[in-house]
Amino acid sequence: MTAILSAHGIDVGINKKIIVHNLSLDIPEGKITAIIGPNGCGKSTTLKAVSRIWPLEKGSITFKGKDIRSFSHREFAQCMAILTQSPQAPTDLTVQDLVEMGRFPHRGFLGRGDKDDAKHVEWALEQTNMADMRHRLLHTLSGGERQRAWIAMALAQRPQVLLLDEPTTYLDICHQLEVMQLLVKLNRELGLTVVMVIHELNHAIQYADYVAVIKAGRLVTCGEPKEILTSKLLAEVFKVQADEFACSNGLRALVPVDLCK
Amino acid sequence: MANKELDAAAEHFGINRTAWRLSILILFLFLALLGSFLSLTKGSSVITMEQIVEILLHPGSDPQSQIIWNIRMPRTIVGALVGINLSLSGAILQAIMRNPLADPHIIGISSGAGLAGVVIMILFPALEYLITPVAFVGAMLAAVCIYILAWKNGIKPVRIILAGVAVSAFLSAGISGLMIFYSDRVHGALMWMVGGLAARSWPHVNIILPYAAIGLVLALGSAAYLNILQLGDEMARGLGINVEVTRIVMTAIAALLAASAVSVVGLLGFVGLVVPHAARLLIGSDYRFLLPAAALLGIAIVTFSDTFARVIFAPIELPVGIIMAFLGAPFFLFLLRREI
Repeated sequence: MTAILSAHGIDVGINKKIIVHNLSLDIPEGKITAIIGPNGCGKSTTLKAVSRIWPLEKGSITFKGKDIRSFSHREFAQCMAILTQSPQAPTDLTVQDLVEMGRFPHRGFLGRGDKDDAKHVEWALEQTNMADMRHRLLHTLSGGERQRAWIAMALAQRPQVLLLDEPTTYLDICHQLEVMQLLVKLNRELGLTVVMVIHELNHAIQYADYVAVIKAGRLVTCGEPKEILTSKLLAEVFKVQADEFACSNGLRALVPVDLCK
Repeated sequence: MANKELDAAAEHFGINRTAWRLSILILFLFLALLGSFLSLTKGSSVITMEQIVEILLHPGSDPQSQIIWNIRMPRTIVGALVGINLSLSGAILQAIMRNPLADPHIIGISSGAGLAGVVIMILFPALEYLITPVAFVGAMLAAVCIYILAWKNGIKPVRIILAGVAVSAFLSAGISGLMIFYSDRVHGALMWMVGGLAARSWPHVNIILPYAAIGLVLALGSAAYLNILQLGDEMARGLGINVEVTRIVMTAIAALLAASAVSVVGLLGFVGLVVPHAARLLIGSDYRFLLPAAALLGIAIVTFSDTFARVIFAPIELPVGIIMAFLGAPFFLFLLRREI
């Protein structure tokens, strides 16, 4: 596997309190990676360190072998897009307005785009199936549609890596699958590297190619989900007793039945 | 088929929105011009519209020409520039603090200029000609002080707002104390605290003009940044903005705009808070439209209010700040109720 992003022994903290300890991780290029772990284990913190939202206390992160701190803010945003957990937006923002904001890192000082600017916006709207809703106000959309609009904004950045922090939280099951399948489609068709923090382990098994498990700020294990996401791991990391079932597509499903005694 | 229709309807809506925004801008431009012109026509000596047009086209040396060119014209220009500066300052601060209550007051501009102005007026009345530069320095010192106090691994809007409240309370205590100890000299200070355009002339225009021009250009140039900042710090960083640096630079621009205005006319509190909101309610939160709209509406509100302040109890002249709050606050509440 080729790593597009690598963390080398990183410590990440907020206000002197170290949350992620000496974490090393390779994110495979062109794959979907899921980061899982209990609440407060540092998975979102890791994602934010990778996206340069939070600084590193120690160690380094490389993007295609180059230290991410050597990029300018703008260059970096052209390579990598992040969708945070509950992003805010003014209430009179339309889907198209939002997606156009994704072009910001490619635009000049006064916010002028080149001649292909509109094409990228159009493309992002089509990829996410939002073209028909372009003039809808963001806050009138359903949760799933809104999430697709934000993904469209991230796509308009034309990134090589898309980072998502709990993209399915607050969505019903149908919209959860819709978002997951959209991410799979973008990954397969465009070769986009996707890194997502998620809580739903079965989504990790179904949709991710690679999974990293974090507990208490340290990497527990990483690898292919069907190999490492087992009831034994759940007991170890989440203190939950789970039964394993076989799904119709041959993949494993984990159903928690009790807390570990 | 259904999709096509939806698309057509949506397209229609899209065109309408741009047309709406442009018509609001044109309306505000018209109001700004009308306000400025009215402000030239009204005053204690009666000069007719025809005479004014004549004087504007062919300046002479007769007394009426002198009144227009040396009294009313500079006053109108100061009013317009103050309107621009305070409105832009408020609009910028509301974006970078992501707080609807943000205005030049919260970064200490008013209390800093207020205390400096009151100290001059009450303790050193002989130095009254220095009031503008001293108030400017006071405003900027207060802003810098709040910034330093709020700094802790970068700037969080909430910390600036709270530090601003604390520093303003501290300085306001100084203002109140001075006014109580020297209650015999309070009149001039009171006028200063309310803000007014009386006797503002060409030297004041020269003070405020460079800040207004530079601030206007910088503010309009940063509209795209302000738009992105409305998505929150983390998304803004993800889109390639250096949030800390942008916030410092934009706060500095807002501080200069407001300090130059306040140092010339006193503490006009109302414009910086309400004009950006009124403009936003009508034109939306896209800063590429909102900033010019706020600037134009600022001109209109200040010039209209000043004209009103001069004529309503003529020959007694009210400070424009009183009129603005009296007329503006109900109008703003009307807009607010209609919107929600």
